[in-house]
Amino acid sequence: MTGAIIAGIGATEFSKDSGRSTMQLAAEASRAAILDAGLTPHAIDGLVTFTVDGNDELELMRNLGIDEITWWSRTPGGGVGACATVQQAVAAVTSGAANAVLVYRAFNERSHFRFGQPHARATGPAPLDWYFNFGIDTPAKMYALWFRRYMHTYGATNEDFGRYTVSARRYAATNPRAWFYERPITLDDHQASRWIVEPVLRLYDCCQESDGGVALVVTREERAADLEQPVAIVAAADAHHRLASITANYYHEDLATYPEAAACARQLFESSGLTPSEIDVAQIYENFSPLVFLVLEAFGFCGPGEAVPFVADGNLDIDGALPTNTHGGLLGEAYIHGINSIQEGVRQVRGTAVNQVAGVEHCLVSSLNSGLVLGPT
Amino acid sequence: MTRAAAPDDAFFWAAAAEDRLVIQRCADCGTLRHPPAPMCGHCGSLAWDAAAASGRGRIYSWMYSLHPNRPDDDPRVVILVQLAEGVRVVSNLVDAPPGGEYDDLEVVVEFRDDRGTRTPFFRVVP
Repeated sequence: MTGAIIAGIGATEFSKDSGRSTMQLAAEASRAAILDAGLTPHAIDGLVTFTVDGNDELELMRNLGIDEITWWSRTPGGGVGACATVQQAVAAVTSGAANAVLVYRAFNERSHFRFGQPHARATGPAPLDWYFNFGIDTPAKMYALWFRRYMHTYGATNEDFGRYTVSARRYAATNPRAWFYERPITLDDHQASRWIVEPVLRLYDCCQESDGGVALVVTREERAADLEQPVAIVAAADAHHRLASITANYYHEDLATYPEAAACARQLFESSGLTPSEIDVAQIYENFSPLVFLVLEAFGFCGPGEAVPFVADGNLDIDGALPTNTHGGLLGEAYIHGINSIQEGVRQVRGTAVNQVAGVEHCLVSSLNSGLVLGPT
Repeated sequence: MTRAAAPDDAFFWAAAAEDRLVIQRCADCGTLRHPPAPMCGHCGSLAWDAAAASGRGRIYSWMYSLHPNRPDDDPRVVILVQLAEGVRVVSNLVDAPPGGEYDDLEVVVEFRDDRGTRTPFFRVVP
């Protein structure tokens, strides 16, 4: 146990055109999370979001009526840091730097700034020049160059990846919050969708671009008795290696692996004493479908190169060995930079998910390099 | 090629202007590194020189780069080349043979002008 809990969760609707400012989305989701925790804005004294979030902390405090905070932080790397936001909040509340931390992420990522479009790199870290100038100008392309090596090493095909998408869309089809609610697809539909990055990613391998906001409240475990629906943060981890690059993994010795996710898994399992077989349900960040395969192998849910049959055999289904992305994932529910998958993890532990797994003791939430294990208090 | 002014990699592009492919090498421990960086992550040395690369390597990974939702120029084949010396570089495959399946193909450097900058690209070794 980390000594910290998630006390409350909140979100806006997930759409393609919210019709309101990102600050309003952040404020709506945050207020919902604070009230869900049974707290008032005055109780919040810490804030965490992503470095790329466009909402100013002081402006959010003014909206919410948070009077004074003692600590704030941001995590780099976009979705790489989705679970790291919670790890930071855990560090703050267990060290005494803060008592109750609001974690938030809100954007109009479809109606305003689309991540999936090529953007001229006017500013930003100089290392990007080594990639943008050769045509790696979208996240799909950044990751495809990594995933292709996995395909080549193990003979995985785009159709293999499509079986994950079909699973995610099946879960989304029964989730009223999901953009693809009541819209499942078949493997044929997947194979008929257009190439985004041939020969790796089709349209249905790519996460959505979404408008919306999600927030969480993290506090100390000792306060759990006074809260209505606390969820324990059993373990929290984050891992970064120097052979990585700013775009994706190009320089590790073997690109058919995901060393940072393996390091995150090692931290989570060592600190909790758990093993992969004790994880009842998983929420795995998938900006693109192949990532699920690499993460399944990195966490030891199956051996190297075995994720293709692991997925094809139905292990990710609601009655499978590892029900995965039960909200529909970032492909099926929405892309709120991975924070919505933490929220689904909280629901699975509370027993309030729409696609509920029975008797959840341990839910894994993986977001690229960072991860959490959640469980009952 | 459009680049921000970056003193750490000026040597690479100065060599490229003369059609030479070079790799940064630690002057103390000999470790090669790419992309260029001011300090050796292996021994901490700030001393380095530029080693001449053979220009040969093989395609470690690849993909087609197209605009996601509008007609584009001819697709660029983006490649991650494992140079014979051991480091990897991102580049494009020029005069790519049709049909894809570029994994593990042997390639050799070929310098071309790209938007005013002499740039190392690669072609398949016949």
